[in-house]
Amino acid sequence: MAEATATMDVRKPDDSVGIVDIKGDITANSEEVLMDAYATAGDGTRAVILNFTGLEYMNSGGIGLLVTLLVRANRARQKLLAFGLTQHYKEIFELTRLDEAVGIHDNEEDALAAV
Amino acid sequence: MDPPQETVEAARDATFWAKSVSRLKVSDVPEDAVNINVEGKRLASPIQGFGKMWQKTYQVRLDGSKVSPTQVIATWKERFPEFWPDKNRFYAPLTGISPGEVALINMTMPGRLKLSTGVMVLYADEESFTLMTPQGHMLSGWITFSAAAQEDATVAQAQVLIRASDPLYEMGLTMGGHKQEDKFWQHTLTSLAAHFGEDAEVDTQVVCVDKKRQWKHAGNVWHSAAIRSSIYMMGAPIRGIKKLFKRG
Repeated sequence: MAEATATMDVRKPDDSVGIVDIKGDITANSEEVLMDAYATAGDGTRAVILNFTGLEYMNSGGIGLLVTLLVRANRARQKLLAFGLTQHYKEIFELTRLDEAVGIHDNEEDALAAV
Repeated sequence: MDPPQETVEAARDATFWAKSVSRLKVSDVPEDAVNINVEGKRLASPIQGFGKMWQKTYQVRLDGSKVSPTQVIATWKERFPEFWPDKNRFYAPLTGISPGEVALINMTMPGRLKLSTGVMVLYADEESFTLMTPQGHMLSGWITFSAAAQEDATVAQAQVLIRASDPLYEMGLTMGGHKQEDKFWQHTLTSLAAHFGEDAEVDTQVVCVDKKRQWKHAGNVWHSAAIRSSIYMMGAPIRGIKKLFKRG
């Protein structure tokens, strides 16, 4: 299996939300690291926030992973939110219509307020 | 001096991804192609689909041909329509498989129905490319074609992430449509391997990502390319008579 090119740290500002700090590239090779981070962030919380501030690159395989993540979040009745996307990736979320299911926010404060 | 990392990343972003569009536009319509279900349609991801969500992965191992992943993808992009099964036409854009381009598809369905739809090239780099479907296509989602080095071989892969777009297509998928789709991509990969002189078997993996049907999207049937293509076919004799009168 190809090596993951992203690292993901999980923070829990309180019991209701987990934040995944993404650093690096998200591609199909990031599946294991992303799903592990989601499992930790989503354990016992009602929302998971993806922090894309450290995202360097994402290809279509990465977008596919986010769709899979969304299914998991829906199944667990959790909100999936995001912040820190560059203008380019905001447009990719619009193009792929991921923005219709993932709440996009400008910063962490706004995302936390939407939980 | 190397360019700053941010510049390299921005260049990758701009080169490989399609630009944001709200509605599809077909720039060149070949004379024999039917374009009734693509122009003005929105793209549809698996999130907007109706049926169960599936991830299907078809892989073929090119052991002996010593071809690199980039060579495989370059060939696949260039000759994409040639690897399709007969009676299905993929009208590749004049500029080839490049981000943002829209391709028309005319397929022959069971009952000799000619279905007219299309796809947009969502993403394309040297080792992969992704096609995304518009509203009305039988499937909502995308398919990614990629190639990667594995041990001493190159593995070519087609991976779909889709839902049936509406309840009728969902019924069609459960009544043999899945098998048809598997055959379609297995044929494509076998043809690709044959192009490189290999008689390879296709490995197929199917995962149901979401068993839930999304009833809130049942109304997608309004855009159904199958229904609209059927109506278009029924109107063929009238269009023929009109043409005759125009000539006269």
